[in-house]
Amino acid sequence: MSGALLLLADGRFPAGGHAHSGGAEAAVKAGLVHDADGLAAFLTGRLHTTGLTAAGLAAAAAGGFDPAGLDEAADARTPSPALRATSRRLGRQLLRAARVCWPDPVLDGLAAAYPGGAHQSVVLGLAARAAALAPADAALAAAHESVNGPATACTRLLGLDPYQVVAVLARLAPELDLVAEAATRAAAEAVRRQDAQPLPAASAPLLDLFAERHNAWKVRLFAS
Amino acid sequence: MAGALTVPAPPAAPAARIVAALDGREDQITVLPVLSGAGPLALRRLRAGQRTGPAEVALVGAMAAPLGGDRIAVSVRVEAGARLRVTSVAATVSLPGPQPGPAWYDVELAVAAGAVLEWLPEPVVAAAGSHLLLTTRITLDAGARLRYREEQILGRRHDWTVHGVPGRLTSRLTVRQAGRLILDQQTDLGPGAPGWDGPAVLAGHRAAGQLLTVGLPCTAPSEECAALLALPGTDAHLLVAVAPDGLALRRLLTGPL
Repeated sequence: MSGALLLLADGRFPAGGHAHSGGAEAAVKAGLVHDADGLAAFLTGRLHTTGLTAAGLAAAAAGGFDPAGLDEAADARTPSPALRATSRRLGRQLLRAARVCWPDPVLDGLAAAYPGGAHQSVVLGLAARAAALAPADAALAAAHESVNGPATACTRLLGLDPYQVVAVLARLAPELDLVAEAATRAAAEAVRRQDAQPLPAASAPLLDLFAERHNAWKVRLFAS
Repeated sequence: MAGALTVPAPPAAPAARIVAALDGREDQITVLPVLSGAGPLALRRLRAGQRTGPAEVALVGAMAAPLGGDRIAVSVRVEAGARLRVTSVAATVSLPGPQPGPAWYDVELAVAAGAVLEWLPEPVVAAAGSHLLLTTRITLDAGARLRYREEQILGRRHDWTVHGVPGRLTSRLTVRQAGRLILDQQTDLGPGAPGWDGPAVLAGHRAAGQLLTVGLPCTAPSEECAALLALPGTDAHLLVAVAPDGLALRRLLTGPL
């Protein structure tokens, strides 16, 4: 089963994630991240906020929670319009790739219901389900995605030593497991109650501000 | 992280309650058929409703609270067409209790069609060693209007000079408009919350706040440390801001004076 998970979580999976920095570009521009330690602090904050929230949504989708309910829950958990648009754009690209890899009527239905794109975390969860993966796998992939993209972006933005960057990710791996486990537990409760309330809603004030600020720039390296 | 709000809370405490409604005899005048304090929260009517303005109530912290282990609750209902403004006379300082462990503060606000609620309390301040779990649930009927401010200050000067750290504030805000969830947001700030002081969350800022406006005018800020976010609902906007201290935060949330 883990072969499909590795594929889904691989940065080379053609889902468009490489064009996004997850707020890292704005944080670098603001002078808040300039070395590997700063990157580690940034990724820790991101993992435990938007990473946890995305992991919960993905696990709930993989566990069979009603996608329309998750769409509303994801919207409500994303107050920044720039981040909502980014999430739907990434969701659309991921869905396109997932439908080719793991044909499934649920994925077709999602594409029909959200022509502008469903939220990335929800698509990730449903793609995992279509690939016969478990909710815990979807949570892990979402948590991984939440830090892997910004880390790679920082290699380019700051010219950081790639070995140092990957070492930061390696040190974060145990926390990533804990976040994915917490998200999976919360999602199981949400699925059992058919209520999105137990899903994590963790957010970070600066990530919302970065996203809006970055969206207003005319010249930028990354799309978000 | 997620676990923070799942600590079992002590049994529900009686809530301080406010009900604002239109006076059946004199149309357009808001009266307060229920105004009852509970626990450490006393309620004082500052102004009766008038033809031109809302009824005004102040929350008064009548005892030192919240201390760790406390459970405080306040519930407000503004019925159709009524207008209510709620303020507080002082900041709420969250302090550690006799035993380690958090305190709970639950706020429940319900606004009916055509009604207006302005919820404008003073900030919540997290003193070193404290952990406050704030839960706010707002239910808006279609056509309800709202101005809701929350300000969170991490520590007093004393906390930083003596302890070097503030307390912790875990806050979840859930807003429904005409049955649709339009905002569900948790922030977890202070020691114990992973990454809280890092460049993704606060980056050295000591105050964070927001002003939620539904169906009322709001203006976009010009400063970089604030942004006006259009929420998924109808005419709902969230002004979010971070600042070095409470005074600067208030300026960001009220705009140029």
